[in-house]
Amino acid sequence: MLNPDAKLNPKLFDADVEQKPTRDGYGDGLVIAGEKDPNVVALCADLTESTRSEPFAKKFPDRFFEIGVAEQNMATIAAGLGISGKIPFISSYAVFSPGRNYEQIRTTIAYNDANVKIAGAHAGISVGADGATHQATEDIAIMRVIPNMRVVVPCDWIQTKKATIVSAELKGPVYLRFGREKSPVVTTEETPFVFGETQVFWKSKKSECAIVVCGMLTYAALVAARELDSEGIGTMVINCHTIKPFDYKTIVAAAKKCGAVVTVEEHQVHGGLGGVVAETLAKHQPTPIEYIGLQDTFGESGPPPALLLKYGMGIKDIKEAVKRAIERK
Amino acid sequence: MESLHDKKLKYLEELANKIRETIIETLLEAGSGHSAGPLGMADIFTALYFHILNHDPKNPDWPDRDRLILSNGHICPVRYVAMAYAGYFPMEELKTLRKINTRLQGHPHRTALPGVETTSGPLGSGISQSIGVALTARLDNKKYRVYCLTSDGEHQEGNTWEAIMFAGKHKLSNLTVVIDRNNIQIDGYTESIMPLEPLREKYESFNWHVLEVDGHNMFEFVDAVNEAKAIYEKPTAIIAHTIPGKGVSFMEGDFRWHGKPPNKEEAVRALAELRSLRGRIQSEHE
Repeated sequence: MLNPDAKLNPKLFDADVEQKPTRDGYGDGLVIAGEKDPNVVALCADLTESTRSEPFAKKFPDRFFEIGVAEQNMATIAAGLGISGKIPFISSYAVFSPGRNYEQIRTTIAYNDANVKIAGAHAGISVGADGATHQATEDIAIMRVIPNMRVVVPCDWIQTKKATIVSAELKGPVYLRFGREKSPVVTTEETPFVFGETQVFWKSKKSECAIVVCGMLTYAALVAARELDSEGIGTMVINCHTIKPFDYKTIVAAAKKCGAVVTVEEHQVHGGLGGVVAETLAKHQPTPIEYIGLQDTFGESGPPPALLLKYGMGIKDIKEAVKRAIERK
Repeated sequence: MESLHDKKLKYLEELANKIRETIIETLLEAGSGHSAGPLGMADIFTALYFHILNHDPKNPDWPDRDRLILSNGHICPVRYVAMAYAGYFPMEELKTLRKINTRLQGHPHRTALPGVETTSGPLGSGISQSIGVALTARLDNKKYRVYCLTSDGEHQEGNTWEAIMFAGKHKLSNLTVVIDRNNIQIDGYTESIMPLEPLREKYESFNWHVLEVDGHNMFEFVDAVNEAKAIYEKPTAIIAHTIPGKGVSFMEGDFRWHGKPPNKEEAVRALAELRSLRGRIQSEHE
C-alpha cells in the first residue's frame, strides 16, 4: 500500500489522475525562490518559455538575463554571479546544459564552488518527437561524478517546485533535472521533502524486492508495485529524488531487507541512479540488481508513451525486472 | 589612484623587474610551469597591484575591492609573485608553487588561496565570469571595477566571443578586458595557427571601446585604464602588445618558452640579464 507518511496524491491510481509537467514545478519554484531571496537571479539560453523561466523573467525583469544560444557563456556568467553573492539559476535543455557546457560547469561552477543552480529541462526520452539529439540520457552520470555537485531528479511538478526552492537555500552547485511532458502528480503539498533523503512511497506487507526510482517514472513504478502486490509479489518503492548526496543508508537497509533491487530511471542504465545503487550495494550489501533505463543506446522520435515502451521503461518492464531480480536471490 | 609621477613610475618599473627575477627563481624551484607569459605580463601586473587596483591584501575578501580576474590561468606565476610582493602571503610560500599541499596550484584555484578571484586554466571562460561579477556590481549598485586579463590565444575559443557579444549588448562599462597580445601560443605564432587579426576591429564591431598600448610601457597602460574608467557607454578592451619572455633575451618572442621553466643554468643567465637590465632602467631615468 501507499506509505501514509508520504501523504501522496489520494487519486494517484484513478484514471483521471492530475497530470502536469515537472518543468512547471521549476517555473513555480523559481518565482517563489525569487520572492524569498532578492539575490536569486535567472539566466536562460533562448528557451525561456520552454524551460518555464518566463514567469520569473516577467516578475523580476532586472534579475533575468537572456543569454541567447550560448550555453557555455550562460554557465560561466552564472559562475561569476555565483562567486560575487548572487544565486543564479541557469536553464536550458539538459543536452545543452549540462551537455554542451560540461567543462565550464566542472571548472567554473563545481571546482570554483560557485553558488550556481543548473536546471536541465527536457531530460529523458519522453521529450518525444524532437528525437535523440534533444533527449538527455547521460546527464545524471556526468553531473554526479563531479566533486561539489549535487544532483536532484524530482518525480512530479510539486516535488520539482520544492526541490527548486530548496536548491536556492543550499549553498553551492546543484543540478536539477526535469522533463517536458505532463506526468501524473504523485505527491501533494503535504508530502515531506528533505534534500538528500529518499522516501518510501509504497510498501507491501512483505517486500521481496526494492524498486528504487527517480523522476517521472516514479508513477510507473508505483503502478507496477500495486499490480505486483495483487499478484502476490510484495515490493517497496523508494523515491530517490536526490541522487547526490546519495542516501545510502536507506538503500542498504532496503536491500538487506528485500534481498533484491530494481532501479528505474529515464536515463542510461550506466552511471545514473542504477550506477550509484550498484556502487553502493557492491560495497555495503551485495544484492541482485536489475536495471530499467536505456540500455546503452540512443532514443529516437515518437510519442513519449510509445518510446518508453519500445525502450523497455514501461510498467510491464518494471514488473518483469522485479521478477528477474527475485529469481536471482 | 594617485597620479603616476616620475618617482612612482620609476618605483613601479624597478618593482616589475624584481618581480621578473622572482618569477625565474620561483619557476626554477617549481621545476615546471610557464615562463614566457608571466615575464611578458610582469609590467601590467605590477601596474595593477601597485597602482591601479583598489584592494587590501590584508582583507582579500573586502566586498568593495576591484576584481582582478585572470582568464589565462597558466600565467599565474606572475600573479602569485605580485601578490606576495603586495603582502597577500609570505614571499617564502612562493617556493611551494606546484608542490604537494600548496595553496599555489599549477593553475590558480579560488578556494585554495584568498585573493585569487576565480579558478582558471581552461581557456576562454574568464571574460564570462568577469561579466557575472560586473553584473553583480551593477545589480548591487557597487562601484568596484572588474579587470579581466586574457591571452590572445584564448580568443580562438568560442566562449570568449560569446562573452564579448554579451558585454557589448549590456554596455558593461565597469568591465575592462586586457588582452596579452604576445602573438604566441603552444603550437606556434597565433597568426599562423589561427589568425586573430584584425583583433581591434573585431572588438569594435561587437560594440566595445578599444585601446592599444605597449604592454611594457607602464605610463601608457595606466593612461588606458584611466580612459576606460571614463567610458560609460561601452566595455573597454585594452590590447596590450607584449613581448613574451620579456627581459630574458633567449626567451623573448620564442613560443617554445610558453610552457616550460628554466633549468639551473638558464636561470642563472636569465637572472644576470634581468639584474643588469635593472641598472639600465635606473640610468635612463637619472
